[in-house]
Amino acid sequence: MKAIEQSVVQEKINQLANQAVYVHLETTNGAYASHFDEKAYNVGAFIRNAQVTYQHGKIVSTGGSYRVGLKLDLGWVYAEGVTDFEIDDQGRLLLAGHDREGRLMVALEISETPFSHEAELHE
Amino acid sequence: MSNQHVVVVFPHPDDESFGASGTISKFRAEGIPVTYLCGTLGEMGRNMGNPVFANRETLSSFRKKELTEAAKQLDINVELLGYRDKTLEFEPKEEMADYLRQKIDTLQASLVITHYPGYAVHPDHDALGAAVVAAVEKIDEASRPEIWMHAISNQHEDDLGKADISFDIAPYWEQKLAAIQAHLSQADGMMNLIESHDKKNEQTERLKTERFYKWTFS
Repeated sequence: MKAIEQSVVQEKINQLANQAVYVHLETTNGAYASHFDEKAYNVGAFIRNAQVTYQHGKIVSTGGSYRVGLKLDLGWVYAEGVTDFEIDDQGRLLLAGHDREGRLMVALEISETPFSHEAELHE
Repeated sequence: MSNQHVVVVFPHPDDESFGASGTISKFRAEGIPVTYLCGTLGEMGRNMGNPVFANRETLSSFRKKELTEAAKQLDINVELLGYRDKTLEFEPKEEMADYLRQKIDTLQASLVITHYPGYAVHPDHDALGAAVVAAVEKIDEASRPEIWMHAISNQHEDDLGKADISFDIAPYWEQKLAAIQAHLSQADGMMNLIESHDKKNEQTERLKTERFYKWTFS
C-alpha cells in the first residue's frame, strides 16, 4: 500500500459507481485492547462481501488522513482515518488506515467480484 | 515414547510460537512428533508488518508463509483447519468438535495442547479451546489423549490457581525466539505491545516459562 493519492482514489471510486460492487468495511482496536490496558474497551466491526450499489462516492482530506463516503439509494457506507491505498492486480480498491506502528485501524475495500475466503484459496 | 504424538490446537499462526514453542521444542528434543492444527490464517490481524508490507487481502498469504517458516524452525508438521479468523465463536461448536475429533483420531494424539476456554483473552482462543474439549470428550475414555491448557487472561490464577505444569524453557529460548521472529508480520507488533505495557516483566517472564493446566473430565 502507499500514501493516498486523492485524485487517483477519487477516479477509482467514480469508476465503481452505479454498479453492483462488494464491500469490505472494518474497524478494530484489536482483540487484546483490554488485556493490555484494563481501562480500554475492545471495539470493532466488520462486514465482508456486502453487495451494494452506490450512486456516487467521495474521498475528503482531513489533513493527515481521509474520510470516504459512498451514497447508496437508501443509505451510506462511511470510513474515517484512511491513510493508504492500493488498486490491486484484480482492480480492487483497497483503502486502509494504519497507526504509527503500522497496525490496521480501519479498512474499506471495494471490488467488482466477491472477496475470497483466503484460507480456502490456499488449500 | 514411540507411540506419543503431541497435537497443538490454536487458532492463529504465531499462537504456537508465543504460547508453546518452548514446550514444543522440548518434546522434539525427546524425539516426540508434534503436529500443529492451526485454526485460521490470522487474516484479520491488525499487525501488517512494520513498516507495513501487507494489506487486508494479502495478509493471509504472508501469515501462511510465516507459519511454514516457524514450523521449519520448530521441526513440526502443520495442518490448516481452514476457518476464518475472528469467527470461530460463531461456528457451530458441535461441527467443530466432530471435525477436530476426526483430526485428533487420525493423528493418534497422546497429548493435545490448546487454550483454556474462558481464560484465553481472544474469542477465537476461547472458542477453539472449548471445541477441543468437546472433541476429546467424544473419544473413548481408554484412548483419550490428555489435554493441557494455556491460560493467558490477567486474572486466570485467581480462578484456576497455579498451573499444573510449568516448564522453564530457557534451554529452548533460541528456538522460541527464532519461531516468534519467523512471524514477521506479527512479531514486531506483539513484542512492542508486550514491551510497552505496564506489566512488561510479567509478560516477558510469561514467555520464558510455559505453564499449562491439565483438564479433567468430570
